[in-house]
Amino acid sequence: MPVNSTHYLFLSLLLFSIGIMGVLIRRNAVIIFMCIELMLNAVNLLMVAYSRMFGDADAQIFVFFIMVVAAAEVAVGLAIIVMMYRKVHSVDINILNRLKH
Amino acid sequence: MNYNIHDILFWGLSAMAVGCALGVILSRNPVNSVMFLILTFFAISGHYLLMNAQFLAVVNIIVYAGAIMVLFLFVIMMMNLNADVEPQKGQLVQLAGVISGGVLFLVILAAIKSASPIEVDKSASQIGLIDNLGKVLFTKFVLPFEISSVLFLSAMIGAIVIGKKEDTHIINK
Repeated sequence: MPVNSTHYLFLSLLLFSIGIMGVLIRRNAVIIFMCIELMLNAVNLLMVAYSRMFGDADAQIFVFFIMVVAAAEVAVGLAIIVMMYRKVHSVDINILNRLKH
Repeated sequence: MNYNIHDILFWGLSAMAVGCALGVILSRNPVNSVMFLILTFFAISGHYLLMNAQFLAVVNIIVYAGAIMVLFLFVIMMMNLNADVEPQKGQLVQLAGVISGGVLFLVILAAIKSASPIEVDKSASQIGLIDNLGKVLFTKFVLPFEISSVLFLSAMIGAIVIGKKEDTHIINK
């Protein structure tokens, strides 16, 4: 069976779902952050696939901007995680439930 | 066999991407998770190369595998995280998480499986090459490009301000 757009759709959907499962089943804040990166990459893959199939370069530029925003997000997010680690000496997100009480 | 080299590479890279993505969420040691995520990014870069998006393949390796994952590895090693201190969720919560993710996968799959497939044309397309993307980026998207530089500057300042050690000396006074 030749590769078509549905294959790329399934692949990126699978990667996105794995990222969501990772966010739901892990408690380590760094791992959750990595799963978010995985989800962003799944979306990037689908965008590039469709840009290839429709012959339009705009989607690849958008992938470029997603990478830019992801890089900025990682810088700020990891700074927040490091700050949190300094305060509570843990990266367990279950400790950060003070708003609940 | 009617498989050509393109299809074989597609299936190989897909298996690598999905397997390594599962490794990210299943491995106990955070350092192993980072290594698996780097392999996933390499597989995705291979997909980009397969679709002749050479610029994005190179940028993906430089930015993600080169810069972002090094930041993650640096933070994990600085905090000295390993499998012994890894917090674990209860079995029931993990099962619920897997079921929720699987249900989301099935729902979106059911919604899109009737979409008509578009064949990948095997002829070398020029849109992913750097000269074409550069022309589009600096004509049509020049304003977002400039704004993203301001975003980077603010993110850099924000990270420095957040990450700066508080001067406990002043607070104790």
